[in-house]
Amino acid sequence: MIEVSGVTHVYGEGTQARTVLQDVDVQLPERRVAVVGANGSGKSTFARLVNGLVLPTRGTVTVDGLDTRKDGRAVRRTVGFCFTNPDAQIVMPTVREDIAFGLRRRRDLSKAEVAARVDEVLRRFELADHADHPAHLLSGGQKQLLALASVLVTEPSVLVLDEPTTLLDLRNTHRVAGFVQSLDQQVVLVTHDLDLVDSFDRVLVFDEGRLVHDGRPSEAVAHYRALMR
Amino acid sequence: MSSLGLYRPGTSLAHRLPAGLKLLVLLAAGVGSVFVDRPWQVAAALVVVGLGYVVAGLSLGVLLRQARPLAWVLLLVGAFHVVVNGWERAVVVTGVILVLVLLAGLVTLTSRTSDLVDALVRVLGPLRRFGVDPARIGLLLALGIRSVFVVAQFAQEVRDAQRARGLTASPRAYAVPLIIRSLRHADELGEALVARGADD
Repeated sequence: MIEVSGVTHVYGEGTQARTVLQDVDVQLPERRVAVVGANGSGKSTFARLVNGLVLPTRGTVTVDGLDTRKDGRAVRRTVGFCFTNPDAQIVMPTVREDIAFGLRRRRDLSKAEVAARVDEVLRRFELADHADHPAHLLSGGQKQLLALASVLVTEPSVLVLDEPTTLLDLRNTHRVAGFVQSLDQQVVLVTHDLDLVDSFDRVLVFDEGRLVHDGRPSEAVAHYRALMR
Repeated sequence: MSSLGLYRPGTSLAHRLPAGLKLLVLLAAGVGSVFVDRPWQVAAALVVVGLGYVVAGLSLGVLLRQARPLAWVLLLVGAFHVVVNGWERAVVVTGVILVLVLLAGLVTLTSRTSDLVDALVRVLGPLRRFGVDPARIGLLLALGIRSVFVVAQFAQEVRDAQRARGLTASPRAYAVPLIIRSLRHADELGEALVARGADD
């Protein structure tokens, strides 16, 4: 379970200080949690807090009892993170190598086991035909699937997705949404696409750094729409 | 889009040779190049490297693409040596550079980056006792190779944007956005590396 307790986050110092999240308290046991809000509302910072990429200025964030401040590496092994722009997340030259990257220090897996797991993920994400292709030559949709595959091959128990469909066309948005729906993991999805959150268990609405609504998708989306008028 | 030195899957002898051995040959060629001082030696080396491309099943076009980015450098270096040391020295110096670049291209075209990284990590293993982290150096190599394509893509996009705005003659309008995008990408990549457990 994700627990965010009394979290405030401030970027910068002195006269440059800017509070991007203020007094956020929330417990998230649900399997599907969406986060919506305007640009600059603090939702991406919230996502980064969950996997310890950002540490709170005040308060604590824990995932399955692991504190992001004290157990950063263990938290990042538990929480996979998918960025908006897959190009920033792909670190190896070819598709197969990028998927294998997350397993490179797994001493409990033999080379054959790593290869088998990578092959399985390649098939599942329909990337097998591109396994040895340069990652930078994939289409936008394929790159986002590769980014997802590269995170999921490590089998995290939580997956945080920061606007994964923002750069995609409608067909690829549906593809990515379909894969996300099929996952066993707990998912925290940050998005501007309100259609995607329909089937979610819970939706958090952020505005100017504060959690202003927390509830079922229909009420939360209505609240967000009213807020944006 | 750049296709410089990126792995081309295959089953040729050149593909099947261990990556470590290929890196060793490349190192030996680099060291040996110091002793090359006759144009016929350069010509012989070019023929051998050319044969390497044939054995690997790579076309002449692929070979030429490895050399193309070097054209201006070779021209400038060659011209300098023609003026200062004579044509024979110019042929030797530019030829040696060309041979080494083509050979490096052949190694990366026939070896997966992960295999090259593994070989490098194995070779650097003994340096662990001096506090060196071979895996981190291997990761640097992989990121370096990947970054060539990323920056080439940025350069193309910046050039297109320049053309669209009619700024084709401005070096500053080309360099500034390219540097800013590259630095921003480096920031994002750093964050992604942490998220993907590169600091484990």
